[in-house]
Amino acid sequence: MATSVAHVQSASRTGSLPYARAFAGLLLRDLFVLRRELFPFVIRVCMNPLLFLFVFTFVMPHMSGGAALNPTAATGMNFGTVLLPGLMAVAIMFSGIAAVALPLAQEFGVTREIDDRVMCPLPVAGVAIEKICFSALQSMVAAAIVFPLAYYIPATPVVAHVSSWPVLFLVLVLASLTSGALGLTIGTSVKPQQIGLIFGVVVVPITFLGCVYYPWAALVHIRWLQIGVLINPIVYMSEGLRATLTPNLPHMPEWLILGMLLVFLVLLTTIGIRGFRRRVIS
Amino acid sequence: MIVALKGLRKVFQSRGEVIAVDGIDLSVREGELFGLLGPNGAGKTTTISICTTRALPTAGVAVIDGIDVVRSPALARRSIGVVPQYNTLDRACTIFENIYFHCLYFGMSRPAARSRTDQLLGQFHLAERSSSYPSQLSGGLAQRVQIARAIAHRPKVLFLDEPSAGLDPQSRLAMWEAVRGLRQEGITVVLTTHYMEEADELCDRVAIIDHGRILVEDTPAALKSSVGAQRVYALELIERSGLADLTTQIQALSGVVRAEAMPAGVRVFAHAADGLLPEIIEIASASGLRDLTIQETSLETVFIQLTGRDLRE
Repeated sequence: MATSVAHVQSASRTGSLPYARAFAGLLLRDLFVLRRELFPFVIRVCMNPLLFLFVFTFVMPHMSGGAALNPTAATGMNFGTVLLPGLMAVAIMFSGIAAVALPLAQEFGVTREIDDRVMCPLPVAGVAIEKICFSALQSMVAAAIVFPLAYYIPATPVVAHVSSWPVLFLVLVLASLTSGALGLTIGTSVKPQQIGLIFGVVVVPITFLGCVYYPWAALVHIRWLQIGVLINPIVYMSEGLRATLTPNLPHMPEWLILGMLLVFLVLLTTIGIRGFRRRVIS
Repeated sequence: MIVALKGLRKVFQSRGEVIAVDGIDLSVREGELFGLLGPNGAGKTTTISICTTRALPTAGVAVIDGIDVVRSPALARRSIGVVPQYNTLDRACTIFENIYFHCLYFGMSRPAARSRTDQLLGQFHLAERSSSYPSQLSGGLAQRVQIARAIAHRPKVLFLDEPSAGLDPQSRLAMWEAVRGLRQEGITVVLTTHYMEEADELCDRVAIIDHGRILVEDTPAALKSSVGAQRVYALELIERSGLADLTTQIQALSGVVRAEAMPAGVRVFAHAADGLLPEIIEIASASGLRDLTIQETSLETVFIQLTGRDLRE
């Protein structure tokens, strides 16, 4: 028996094709289910930016004093321009939570459907990484849906031009993967019964303190906050999109943004996979 | 041996030290229908979880189809089909899609997956429900879909964890039928159950498990004949002071294999001898016989003999 065990194990090392096929199968299943729920997906992605833009960049400017809302008035930029990258970052982040954390809470808690996915001929980490990748796809679609909304709704014209397509693409991919990893970390570390709490405890704070509604540089007068928000991955998502879509606004240097996104991606993926393994293997 | 467990041990540390599996050695031959019979909490599910890569053993080795499941879990899963206790069907997909995507996960091409799915839906009489969602199915049907899905990638061994838990009698018979059908395909089946009729009816060999240990392992017929008696009489008595005397008296009757004093009375293992029961009743009446239950020898009797407890206790 010992020899046959050794033989099969050495054979397994050479064949990674079954892993790729299992991974592709999982991705295909998720895309298939998403296609069926396309309408709720679009509504979910659109609602927050739509209302935000409508109130703050359309309704408010029509009232007196609306301009006072603009944190970058001194630089001559309007609020719509500030919000364009910020709201895209929120859409990316929120897709990560909605695509990974919420379904995971259900699958761990109520239905145990995850058990079936874990029985795929794929290392457990592969199942977790598939979740991150699928979430990243959703995040990118969400960002693409938000862009025209944020560009056309504001009453004053939004100033946007892409400084570098490759960097924009890199920021989008890294931000999307990072938000998927964040979703995995939240989904595996929060008790399924308490998943509703994460909106108040995690999502809202990281959004409001994520340099979504103001550029990071504008925090210069509140130094402690400017330093404090650096542990928030959303900061680098908003700043990254700001640097590549609305480069006229003050923003962090690109190398720092990309570096920090990478750091958060590795960190959150590691924590997420560890949590996932703890949840499915006893 | 298609399934070989050696010195398997699992200790859970979360809420104090709980020894769920305490040194299990087990071998299952190819094509066999093997049952793990034991009460709830005996360690059956933990043993199956280790075999199916869902739990890591504290010690010991589990080899399935020549693959060490702890060292190469992803590879081992190709040889394993699993039907867990609870319904793990993909709620977002129809019955057809559940099986179809399962086939894709295991590397089949799309046409191959489609034809395998159609074939399984036919084999398990599910074709009419192929576009239903899992939430629309009864427990029995969902169970059948889970079995169909579990064998879709043609595993060598199918593990069924408490397959008839929560099923009505009719669905249980249908499930038995489906499981027997698998044997014709050459699939080895390992199932856990706490229903002795199920183990008796369905399994070629049965291991009786209690407190994480295997007490005995043989064919149901051999296990039953090992009791050496055809009937078990449980006598419940009002007066228990003369229990030892009474036990000796009954033991002396011809046809009685063995009599044991129990907290509530006496348990008598006996042959099906003419006139024995009236004699026992007569002797026991002196101690105030309150109740009498008669059991044909079954796997339950084997369990009682081994542990002094009922399976359901």
